[in-house]
Parts: sequence; C-alpha cells; structure tokens
Amino acid sequence: MAELSKQAGKAEAAGQREPILQVRNLVKHFPLTQGLLLKKQVGAVKAVDGISFDLYQGETLGIVGESGCGKSTVAKLLMTLETATSGEVLYKGQDITKLSGRALKAVRRNIQMVFQDPYTSLNPRMTVGDIIGEPFEIHPEVAPKGDRRKRVQELLDVVGLNPEYVNRYPHQFSGGQRQRIGIARGLALNPEIIICDEPVSALDVSVQAQVINLMERLQDEFNLSYVFIAHDLSIVRHISDRVGVMYLGKMAEIGTDAEIYEHPTHPYTQALLSAVPVPDPEAREGRERIILTGDVPSPANPPSGCRFRTRCWKAEDKCAEEVPLLAVPTLYQGKDTPAAHASACHFAEEKPSVVSAA
Amino acid sequence: MHEAQEATDTAAPLLDVRDLHVEFRTRDGVAKAVNGVSYSVRAGETLAVLGESGSGKSVTAQAVMGILDSPPGHVTGGEVLFRGQDLLTMGGETRRRLRGAKISMIFQDALSALNPVMSVGAQLGEMFTVHDGMTRRDSLAKAVQMMERVRIPAAKERAGDYPHQFSGGMRQRIMIAMALALEPDLVIADEPTTALDVTVQAQVMDLLAELQREYHMGLVLITHDLGVVADVADRIAVMYAGRIVETAPVHDLYAAPAHPYTAGLLGSIPRLDHKGKELHAIKGLPPSLTDIPAGCPFNPRCPRAQAICRTDRPPLFDVAPGRASACHFWKETLDDAG
Repeated sequence: MAELSKQAGKAEAAGQREPILQVRNLVKHFPLTQGLLLKKQVGAVKAVDGISFDLYQGETLGIVGESGCGKSTVAKLLMTLETATSGEVLYKGQDITKLSGRALKAVRRNIQMVFQDPYTSLNPRMTVGDIIGEPFEIHPEVAPKGDRRKRVQELLDVVGLNPEYVNRYPHQFSGGQRQRIGIARGLALNPEIIICDEPVSALDVSVQAQVINLMERLQDEFNLSYVFIAHDLSIVRHISDRVGVMYLGKMAEIGTDAEIYEHPTHPYTQALLSAVPVPDPEAREGRERIILTGDVPSPANPPSGCRFRTRCWKAEDKCAEEVPLLAVPTLYQGKDTPAAHASACHFAEEKPSVVSAA
Repeated sequence: MHEAQEATDTAAPLLDVRDLHVEFRTRDGVAKAVNGVSYSVRAGETLAVLGESGSGKSVTAQAVMGILDSPPGHVTGGEVLFRGQDLLTMGGETRRRLRGAKISMIFQDALSALNPVMSVGAQLGEMFTVHDGMTRRDSLAKAVQMMERVRIPAAKERAGDYPHQFSGGMRQRIMIAMALALEPDLVIADEPTTALDVTVQAQVMDLLAELQREYHMGLVLITHDLGVVADVADRIAVMYAGRIVETAPVHDLYAAPAHPYTAGLLGSIPRLDHKGKELHAIKGLPPSLTDIPAGCPFNPRCPRAQAICRTDRPPLFDVAPGRASACHFWKETLDDAG
C-alpha cells in the first residue's frame, strides 16, 4: 500500500511538471492502392488511429500491445521517420510533425531511438567506433572532430563495454553486447528522450536483465525520458512509471503502472494481464484466465465503434455504434480510487478476480 | 537419478534419452552442442526442457526425432529409447514409420514448417494417406475433422486455403492438428507459442494441454519462458551449454532452485516486489560451444564458484527423490533459496 501511495505521489508530481512530449490525436494511415499505372486508393491500413498521451521529463512511459496494434508505428511517428496523416507531436510545445530542414534536425538530436533487433540495426561493415560516432557526423556541434574518438570510448565505457573494442565489427559481439552498442549510439548526442522499440525482446532472459539494469542506470545518470515499447508485460511493469495499453491503433487504457496492472478497468487489459503466464506454479490453480476467442481484426477494416468489441465478453449494441472515448469511467469519476484512470470502454469496471502477478 | 525414478514408478518411461552426445563439425571447429543429456518422459506427463539459445535444447529434440542436419550434426554417443527400443540404431524405414505416427513434433514457426504451395487440408490429409493408406477423399474428410478438433472456425470451407491465408495462431493450430493427427504417444513441442501474442499463446497452450489430457500423450515442451513452464509442466530439466544442470518437479524448482544457474534465471525475471530495484542479472555470457570452460561450464558466471568448479566437472548429484543438480555446492544453493 505504501508502494501504491508512493506511485500516486510520483504521478502527481509528474502532473505538475510540464510534459516534454505531448501527443495529440496522432493518426497514421497507410494507403492501400490498386492498379499499376493509375494507382487508385482503395482503402487504408489504420495503423495508428487517434492516439494521445504525454511524456514527462525523467519518466518512463511503457506502451504495451500485441503485434499489429500500431505501437511500432507510434515509435516511428515520434521519431518523424514516418509522416503523420494528422495529429500533433509537441516537443516542448513545438509541433515536430510540421517541421522540416534545419529545425527538424535540431529536434531529432534530442529524440533518439534504440531498435529491437541488434543483429540488423547495426551496419555489419562499419566498426563499432564508426557506428557510435556516426551521429557526430550529422551533428558536429556535439563533439568536435578531434574529440570524437575519446567520446566514443567514453560512451562504450558508459554502457559497460571495453573502450578498446572501438575497432571491432558488430559480428564480434553477442546479442546483449550489440544492444549495448545500439544504446551507446542512442546516447551519443545527449538526447532528452529515447524511444525504445522492443529493446530486449531479442535477448535471452539472463542478458535481458543486464540490459534493463543498464537502461535504468542511464536514465538516472542522464535524466532521460523513455518511451518503452514492448509486448512483455512484466518487463514493462518493471521499468515504467506509467503504462499505456494499445489495441488496433487506439489507446485502450492508460495510467500509472499500479493502476494498470492492479486495477485495470478495460476488458482488453484484463484479458491481456490474465493471459500472461506467471512464473510461479503455485498460482496455476487459483488464477482466473480470460481466454479471448478469435484473432485481432485487420487494421485495414477495423470494427465499427469499439475496436475490441468483436472479442469482448461485455459487448452490447452500444459498442458497435459509439466509439468509446479514453477518459476516466463515469463510475469512478471524482472518486479517490486507483481505478479512476483513463479507459476507453463504455462498460469500464474493475474485475476483482484479475490481479496480475506479472 | 534415473534408477531412483524408475524404482518409484511402475510404468516404464515412454521416452528415455540416455547420455546423448551431439556435435557439429564446422570449419571453425567442433561445436559440442549436446554433452551427455539424459531425460525421460512417461505417458500423460509434461516435461519442460528449459534453456537459453545455444543450450542444446532444440538439438536434443532434433536428435530424438532423427531430423538433425547431418552433416554438420552428428550423434556421437548415447541412446534414445522409445518404449525400450533404441531409435538411434533402428533402420531408417522403421524409424520413419514411427515418426508422425508414434512420435511427432510441433515447431516454433508454423509459416516455415508448413508447405506454402499445398492447401492445409491436403497437407493434413497426407498424414492419413501416407501412414494409414487412406484414399484421398477419406483423408480430406479426416483432415477437416482434425481442423475442427483444434477449433478452426469454418473448417470445411477453410481446408482448401493455403498457410499464408491463416493468422499466426490459426497456423499453429494447424500444426498441432498435424502433429496429433495419428494420435501419437509422444509429442515434442519446440517453442510452440514463442512467435505468438500473449492472448493467442494462452489459447494455443490451453488447446495443447486439453488434447494432451484427452490422448494421454507424453509431452516434451522445449521453451525459454519460465512463465509457460510454471503454467503447464510437471517436471523441468534446465539445460546449460549442452548439459542438464538441474531436474526437478516443477513446484520444487520454483520454490527452491538447487543450481546457481536456475537461481539466476529465476532472479532475472522482473517481479512485483522488485519494482524500481536492480534485477538480479547473471553476469557475463553463455560460453561458446566450441570452447566450453573446463570444470563446471557455468563457473565463469557463477557467484558461488570455487577452485573445484574450475577443475572438476560436477555430475548430477541426487538432491531429493526425483531431483538432481549438477553443482558442487547444491546444498548451499538450496539452503540459500529455502
């Protein structure tokens, strides 16, 4: 309980601060075309369809969801690697989706990314020194030419690799070490925000823990803000201050980690948490598992109204007609309960038997 | 430890792997992937083989199934007894008849395990035409039945579809249907749900467990996921660098591991009461299989390592009935955990 109030206190403190990143109604539709010469748009994959959230200085926002929910597209939009169809991404009040040229370059310095696959995200023909030092080519103001080698070695040291390895190639390193190289590259320009897209999911359990520890240490040391995108719910819980749950291009529920994991009110979050295998055989019997039927619908043709309704056990006619808004459920409005956090469900309610051990 | 187990059990094991050795002869040297693995599975039992990449868990399964890539892989020693018959010395044709009919396998990646240019109905039906000599017409009807068994909606209409037309979860169901088509006694599932999303993983694991109970099969579940193991396994064998380092009934192992590597694995999972603290990571990296450390292969990463660990390879010590640990200091490890 003390833990809980501490978490709530942290969230409140965060509320008073100015968010470093504000995402408002972000939309990304990928057009589906037909015909060879006269490409006619016949539809769109609605990968991200109206997402809003804030990121505060020094905090970790976890984003969870299954494959195809649009979480990686969100990462690319935040990095401006994809152009948003509509919506805003405000970095310190400035909309980065509208920027270009020099202004965009300046912002990009402060938002860096760590990728999922340490085997394909590093150029095999470049030495580690060149990989980590490459950001300095684009932003020479960060490290003058003579200083670069020293900076690279410092960065290697910071992420726990031997600084003498600068002349080695990526294939000479293990998966965990490569991910450290990727993190060093992300840190090179002293960014304020790091977007991590499944940074540890390609790693073995024992190595995963090393990388997570490293990321937490770096966050404290450099006051970094993380957007931590992953499908592993227990890792997200471990590292995040707040967590957002995505389903089919929409945010289903968002709140502090304790609110989401212990008091989920959206049926999808409840099902997701109940489906996570718990590493404790004693929990095998007592747990109620919600086994969802069917698969996630195609984002090219999402269901009307609430997108989760086709798999939801609470679905009624209203769910097909009205899109539920992401807001504190009326049931809990004005109440001092951890269930009073934003949830996009017409029938949002706590389900007492679903307490996660994730 | 095997003697102890067999004495307490009246039923002989279905599968008994004894001191299996597999190596890969490559240009860069000989990689010793499996170095004396022994395990047994009884009918109706689920044995989880837990290990990280490179621990030899999948290679062991491939050697058991007889689908090892050879060359470069070679079984260099040991026995694989299925109902008392050694599969390794059996003739190719006899072994082929057993495969699929008595022992079958479920792979991790259904998309690459299924034939992309054959409809799923025809692929499933092939099981019956080849092994049971059924006509194509009958086999197709059986295939649809199997698809219904694994709860594929509109099975009859979808039997003519190709693998790419199904979702990941549905493809995995088709592979399960294929593995169980001839009601085998033993199924080896190699990371059957690793490629799937959590909610779909739960569906598929549930289905597999239900069918196992129904057919009373022995199941070898190969995985790296400590959560999945805790959910379904009866017994666990933990592998490291081609060896089994600990075997135990599932409840005992999670309650108190008797090997520092198992303890390390359990410690590296994020837990509720650890929020905000450092995870207990295992330091270092798994060894290269071409250059396994002398003594205990885990000694360079082990917090307990002493001089003896660098020189003497620990055998599997009996810890309790049905439990064994390959650690010189299993007693201390167990005491610390308990």
